[in-house]
Amino acid sequence: MRTAGAAAALLLLLAGCGGGGEEDEVVVRFWGMGREGEVVGELVPEFERQNPGIRVDVQQIPWSAAHEKLLTAYVGEATPDVAQLGNTWVPEFEALGALEPLDARVAASQAVRREDYFPGIWDTNVVGGRTYGIPWYVDTRVLFYRPDLLAAAGHPRPPQTWEEWRDALRRLKARMGPDRWPILLPTNEWPQPVILGMQSGEELLREGGRYGNFRGPGFRRGFEFYVGLFREGLAPTVSASEISNRYQEFERGNIAMFITGPWEIGEFSSRVAPSVPWATAPLPGPDGPGVSLAGGSSLVLFRGSRRKDAAWKLVEFLSRPEQQVRFYQLTGDLPPRRSAWRAPALAENRHAAAFRAQLDRVRPLPMVPESEQIVSKVFEQGERAARGQATVDEALATLDREVDRILEKRRWLLARRGEGEPRR
Amino acid sequence: MTDLSTGTAEVAAGARAEAALAATRGRRRRFRAPAEDNRAAYVFLAPALVLIGLFFFLPVLAALALSFTDFDIYAVGDAGNARFVGLRNYAQLLDTPLFWQALRNTFYFALVGGPLSIAASLAAALLLNARLVRFKTFFRTVYFAPFVTTLVAVAIVWRYLYHTRYGLLNYLLDGVGLGPVDWLGDPRWAMPAVILMAVWKNFGYNMLIFIAGLQAIPEELYEAARIDGAGALQRFRHVTLPQLGPTLLFVGVITMIGYFQLFVEPYVMTMGGPLRATTSVVLLMYEEGFRWWRMGFAAAVAFVLFLVILAATFVQMRLQKREAA
Repeated sequence: MRTAGAAAALLLLLAGCGGGGEEDEVVVRFWGMGREGEVVGELVPEFERQNPGIRVDVQQIPWSAAHEKLLTAYVGEATPDVAQLGNTWVPEFEALGALEPLDARVAASQAVRREDYFPGIWDTNVVGGRTYGIPWYVDTRVLFYRPDLLAAAGHPRPPQTWEEWRDALRRLKARMGPDRWPILLPTNEWPQPVILGMQSGEELLREGGRYGNFRGPGFRRGFEFYVGLFREGLAPTVSASEISNRYQEFERGNIAMFITGPWEIGEFSSRVAPSVPWATAPLPGPDGPGVSLAGGSSLVLFRGSRRKDAAWKLVEFLSRPEQQVRFYQLTGDLPPRRSAWRAPALAENRHAAAFRAQLDRVRPLPMVPESEQIVSKVFEQGERAARGQATVDEALATLDREVDRILEKRRWLLARRGEGEPRR
Repeated sequence: MTDLSTGTAEVAAGARAEAALAATRGRRRRFRAPAEDNRAAYVFLAPALVLIGLFFFLPVLAALALSFTDFDIYAVGDAGNARFVGLRNYAQLLDTPLFWQALRNTFYFALVGGPLSIAASLAAALLLNARLVRFKTFFRTVYFAPFVTTLVAVAIVWRYLYHTRYGLLNYLLDGVGLGPVDWLGDPRWAMPAVILMAVWKNFGYNMLIFIAGLQAIPEELYEAARIDGAGALQRFRHVTLPQLGPTLLFVGVITMIGYFQLFVEPYVMTMGGPLRATTSVVLLMYEEGFRWWRMGFAAAVAFVLFLVILAATFVQMRLQKREAA
């Protein structure tokens, strides 16, 4: 009797698992990172209202754990349907075969229109001629500076070229004295040396991402400029963690300039006293306005998903200009589409204007899975040269050697496949 | 550093087993058990052996196998992208300047920080064991508190203490007329700064063990020494230290093993910088394995570290045994 009852209960349980009652409801699993993962929940109800029958299950993952969690999910075949992915990770997850190509869907889409996106940003999602992600928000680096200090040093306008820039920094240093610094370039951050190295227009890697190209004249020029700022005493050799509170230092006039990203608009607004003026400007380049980094996050579909159509609807929804403006208002993240930038909220923000100008001049990191590891080597060698532990020649030779070693596996895979990009 | 308490249990068990073995070695032949008793013993041991095999030896062997391959991010997607590379990971490791630097840093930390930490623990234990000291329980708790505090929180506070411009340490140095030290930014000072914090953080644990050891020393020995005219220093040298011998050996070995596995302190405080001055072997292994997913290479680092710790422990046991003899 008891066994019969247990069997019946078990059957009921199985039926419950299989049927689920409402068969017409599709649950799309979305993974968002950090602050974006937190905020996307506020956009979802509107999407669910417009798409009855689709429910979105948002899971928030801290950035520090995101990479590992995504990889583990891939190995365990537990990837979500759609996720936010840092665009430097796109080549890596493409190499794994985890991502769904989106070209056909983009071609058929009314909402996602490629020509409306900043090209440098869109390109961060294209691997081997195929598109694997739709830009969600952009991250590029510009100058944040104290216009009052710069004007007092004889530069009423932000610098446009490296020459002007160095001159401004020298004049600032002359006025600031030994314990204060015209510019902060934390020695443990890679974007600054990498951007300066990219500004001459040469590729960081050569032969289709097979070897480092750091001894080439283009990178060398930027690297020398970077190292020179430390050697001349215009930037302190400190890491980001040592500064403790950079806003305070900025406020006190101990530091006059940073190179940093859009999230700092919010931080500066809330942390720097209102009486202290600050402004943003696009990056100077070797001979005129320079390029910066094409960073940010993209929305991707996973190959293993069985609800790709519903997931794509969510991607389209989040890509609409009006949703991107809302997203900007919630997070301060800058939209990747030109049409979204015409909204008053963005067009009237004077601090965002520098980013808008910069977005027309952005370049991605090399589209290889190893790119993050490679750029971490760049700042290591930059720090060595900045501290005078190596000459520029030695540092760049070491850099090329280390990068060539990192790319050994990639060269082997490419050779094995004959031609083209490495794939599963 | 890894969890000390499990290590404690292991070593204690090991020490007991060794003692038991030594005791029975002489009489083994006479007390040899019949074969069927052995079988019963193995049946009782089986669950433990199976678990240890499954969750310890098997993973270790798998990691060893991994260290002979170039398993990496490409191989996660398709195992066919992994190659058997023999000893190449090891050869490459020995050819990496960063590995040697990490090894030097690790030895620096273990050889300076380890003895310092033991000395601090012993000093604190002696103080707390002295008869004149009052509020012993209170001080014992206070000294032990850093050990049970989360290291991340501690590191953040210490980062402020070490701040070049606003830090308390430089304020005190300034008070006695010494120039400001760039504690975490100067490659020469970063490791001493990490050692100082690690010693402060960890001395409480060994202190408790020393207190237990001190309380086990019979009072008569001190009394006899005093009657023989021994001063405080002589009593410490000729009574306390020899009586503490086994405790010292235990604390020494455990501390060394823990200090060789330096990871969290630089991970939170400096990320291995400046100029890699605080990159330890374990931090290097973490970076290679979990940041860049070069699992094969990281496994090779792990095994080299294992050999280093094994050798260091062996040398230490030898030295302390000779001293005892």
